[in-house]
Amino acid sequence: MKQELVKLIDLSRCTACRGCQIACKQWNELPASKTHNSGSYQNPPDLQWNTWTLIRFQEHVDSKGTLKWLFRKDGCMHCTDAACAKVCPTEALYHTQFGSVSLHVDKCIGCKECIVACPFGVPKYDETTNKIYKCDLCYTRLNGNQPPACVQSCPTGTLQIGAKDAMLKKAYSRAKELGGDANVYGDKFVDGTHVIYVLPEKAEVYENLPADPKVPLSIVVWKDVLKPAGLLVAGGVVAGAFLHYITKGPKTPDEETTSEGGKQI
Amino acid sequence: MTNHYIDLKNSDCILIMGSNAAENHPIAFKWILRAKDRGAKIIHVDPRFTRTSARCDYHVPLRSGTDIAFLGGMIKHIIDNNMIQEEYVQYYTNASQIVNPDYAFNDGLFSGYNAEKRGYNKDTWTTKKDEKGIPVRDYTLQDPNCVYQVLKRHYDRYTLDKVSSITGVSKENLLKVYNEYGATGAKDKAGTECYALGWTHHTVGSQNIRAMSIIQLLLGNMGVCGGGINALRGEPNVQGSTDHAILYNILPGYLKMPSGSVDTLAKYNEKNTPKSSDPMSVNWYQNYPKYSVSFLKAIWGDKATPENEFGYSWLPKIDDGKHYSIMHATDQMYAGKMKGFFAYGSNIAVSSPNSNKVRKGLQKLQWLVNVNIFDNETASFWKGPGVDPKTVDTEVFLLPAAASMEKEGSQSNSGRLVQWRYKAANPPGDALSDGDISMKIMDAVRELYQKEGGACPEQVLNLKWDYKDAFGKFNALKVAQQINGQYVKDVTIEDPTGKTPPEVNKKGECVPTFVKLMADGSTSCGNWIMGGSFDQKGLNKMQKRGKEDPTGLGLFAEWAYAWPVNRRIIYNRASCDLEGKPYNPKMKLLEWVGDKWVGDVPDGPAPPMADKEKGKYPFIMKVDGVGALFGPGMVEGPFAEHYEPLEGPLAKNPMSAQLTNPAMTVFKSDLDKVANADAKFPYVCTTYSATEHWCSGFTRWQPWLLEAMPEAYVEISEKLAGSLGIKNGEKVKVSSIRGEVKCVAMVTKRMTPFTVEGKVVHQVGMPCNYGWFNPEKTDNDATNLLTIAVGCANTFCPEYKCLMVNVTKA
Repeated sequence: MKQELVKLIDLSRCTACRGCQIACKQWNELPASKTHNSGSYQNPPDLQWNTWTLIRFQEHVDSKGTLKWLFRKDGCMHCTDAACAKVCPTEALYHTQFGSVSLHVDKCIGCKECIVACPFGVPKYDETTNKIYKCDLCYTRLNGNQPPACVQSCPTGTLQIGAKDAMLKKAYSRAKELGGDANVYGDKFVDGTHVIYVLPEKAEVYENLPADPKVPLSIVVWKDVLKPAGLLVAGGVVAGAFLHYITKGPKTPDEETTSEGGKQI
Repeated sequence: MTNHYIDLKNSDCILIMGSNAAENHPIAFKWILRAKDRGAKIIHVDPRFTRTSARCDYHVPLRSGTDIAFLGGMIKHIIDNNMIQEEYVQYYTNASQIVNPDYAFNDGLFSGYNAEKRGYNKDTWTTKKDEKGIPVRDYTLQDPNCVYQVLKRHYDRYTLDKVSSITGVSKENLLKVYNEYGATGAKDKAGTECYALGWTHHTVGSQNIRAMSIIQLLLGNMGVCGGGINALRGEPNVQGSTDHAILYNILPGYLKMPSGSVDTLAKYNEKNTPKSSDPMSVNWYQNYPKYSVSFLKAIWGDKATPENEFGYSWLPKIDDGKHYSIMHATDQMYAGKMKGFFAYGSNIAVSSPNSNKVRKGLQKLQWLVNVNIFDNETASFWKGPGVDPKTVDTEVFLLPAAASMEKEGSQSNSGRLVQWRYKAANPPGDALSDGDISMKIMDAVRELYQKEGGACPEQVLNLKWDYKDAFGKFNALKVAQQINGQYVKDVTIEDPTGKTPPEVNKKGECVPTFVKLMADGSTSCGNWIMGGSFDQKGLNKMQKRGKEDPTGLGLFAEWAYAWPVNRRIIYNRASCDLEGKPYNPKMKLLEWVGDKWVGDVPDGPAPPMADKEKGKYPFIMKVDGVGALFGPGMVEGPFAEHYEPLEGPLAKNPMSAQLTNPAMTVFKSDLDKVANADAKFPYVCTTYSATEHWCSGFTRWQPWLLEAMPEAYVEISEKLAGSLGIKNGEKVKVSSIRGEVKCVAMVTKRMTPFTVEGKVVHQVGMPCNYGWFNPEKTDNDATNLLTIAVGCANTFCPEYKCLMVNVTKA
């Protein structure tokens, strides 16, 4: 049975304590990188193969001249129309029964197509293992009826997870309550994301957040238009390269492997 | 906290001043946000715009060390605009009492000052009593010498212009805060204040809190849901250290530390037991001898007898007028007058002010014991920067300690809630719990004393010392029961009316409440305020986990145990009017119904004040039963007065001729240098802890936390950075007259310059969590190399929050 879940991130409640950032590393056993202070609280400076979520810190002066310190928990948005899964030639990236986008690490061949495809800059490549990594919404925890580690760690109620309808309702009611520029981000594009923000400011104010994210046109053309045309596109340069993987790749996901999305400690 | 964490949600206005709640008390912020959801105003007053400011309704920047000026202005504004809760001020505070005619305040000094001793004779800081010894009152508050009028005159000087010029806060912002907070003077509104180290880390630390207490009393905010004065205290265990006296100046349960001249128990009890002849005053501390004698019984057991004054003479005494804070200790150390030192769970080479002096002092010790979960800058001081190990004779012992989750015991939180905590894992290797370490050391000392004798043998050998389990390990439960108190013999109490059968208490049973403690040696009690944390049969109430909340106010009376007597909000009778009806009917914390109080555990069963026969004043811990707008409690005056920090940008206090706190202790060694209003150190600096690190930084061993906050930084405004040509992320050197450190410049819009006395004053800020020892190859060192060893005149909490520095490119 499909139980579509949505993680709601209400940024109006975030204190940037970074409990989520650390809890993610702990649950997923992700090693720390050596970092430097570059003049910001934000660290690591960006998502990395070993940093699946991080708080972005941004100083913003609004039109009235009021200083705001914006915090945004960045990470995988778990799109319905997920460009990463669409381009993945080995079906390493796939949709789970919760609607989230998970990763069979063993199937990843390190082609990096997903990195190019993702409108949010989420998948990150690790040279040592020649694989990409990203948030899987704590798939093992969801299977065990537990909230993702980030949600579990959040002290202020910024992070919540629940049935899609309920979360959307909450999100809209919160945005209305906040008023002003507050808005809901996530349900209106890529057929809806499974991570939804309540943004206190307009989306374009936030750094590294596309105001109108789209699956790149090249992928749409290739996957949704050309691919159904089957062998007609075999001569196409781009599609031809990928056809190799499509025909060679494993046909059905192995059940045992899919239940091993994360590592327990 | 007079209230508790969950109660923050009940507030209508939360003033966060002297605290960075979101960063340093993240869970507290959950309840602050709940209040915000209810429509409460959340105000942050702080030198820096922090993660707390980001979630508040607004932030008001204020120059470090000028809180009393800010609050004094608020007191004036509340009085001038008649925003007080009038009935509360009349009947529940000492506003109506008449001040001693010899009391005076003149140009920064209160009556009774002795410049040589840097202290006050408090004889004139009193109010008038009638022939029976009962305070004389003018409930109209019109008598020109009543506390209310004297208070009004004292703060009349705190005009908007003056306050703005001292604090650097715009008049517009001052008015905004004063009006919004002052509105909680309405009977059905509550305002609360959250403070933390931002208020205590000053030479006027206690008076900062005192100033706010005056405001809270004027607005009727004490003892009510969503009100109170709330010290946010955290993992560093400030609550535990005060409740259980890990401080030099108190005994457990806030009993007074005896001094040399108080050489008998009779004198000690006489000195510390207040007397009241007012039939309406509960004067709870009249029970003092019950608690002091029971404490002595807990310490010396059967060896404590009425004949030997229950072993009072064995208690260590402090020398009259002497102090023993960490700053005094390190001063003695540096002077070469100290032989050995226990740095127990501390890293003083990083955490104590003027660390250069501390580190030099450590070199003069014969031995140093550091008990910690990691090696650190203190245990390894002998190989620190600039130290030649060959020249250091100090023998260092580093004892590996169990971490908090590796031991069982009780844990006190700021809301006085004491919860039993279980051990999650065994400590690694040779690490032991603090209890086991203490046991082993004291066992060895006792054995040596038995074999060889030594100084003061009674203290060591008469100690009641039976806290081990069957395996010879420290037993936290036995200690907790001793802290709670026990009957040390069978005690039968007859009902004088003969109506009920006699109450029979058996030797060894727990005392069910401190009300049952006795002054004749029948009971023992390690800490009277904890009396009642067990029931008589030994049930540990700290283990209770009931989730019922019938009032809906978040009291959760069945969850663990709150001292005293499971009262969740202290002085709660002040939440009701003279008839016992709640001032705010929507928040019925207590209500007098028929012949009893219903709701929270009340401050005593006595009826409200309208009952002329049996009614009592609500502030039962005060000798006169009311909240003290004026009082002799603090060493530097009965009212809070603005003084500049020891090191600041001004050569003259705009408020008076007294530049700095006249009652503070100033250390005089060659390393205690001060650079006040010195062009070489032009910027005000404040220090603090980052969310990601713990105090002196043992979290630097945790790779994830280090990754998030890897190295020391200085937060500096765009304007100052621009004028110094410093770019964001660039390495800089921050120096004070006492030392210098390298760190990264964090150029930010969140720091803004102040206009103080017509001149631009820049402020910078630095975290205190870094040191030279780790991570590997760090070029950081302790921020406390810069700070001054001077502290609050009452508590000696160091002035970490104000110093003057220079910033240059590294």
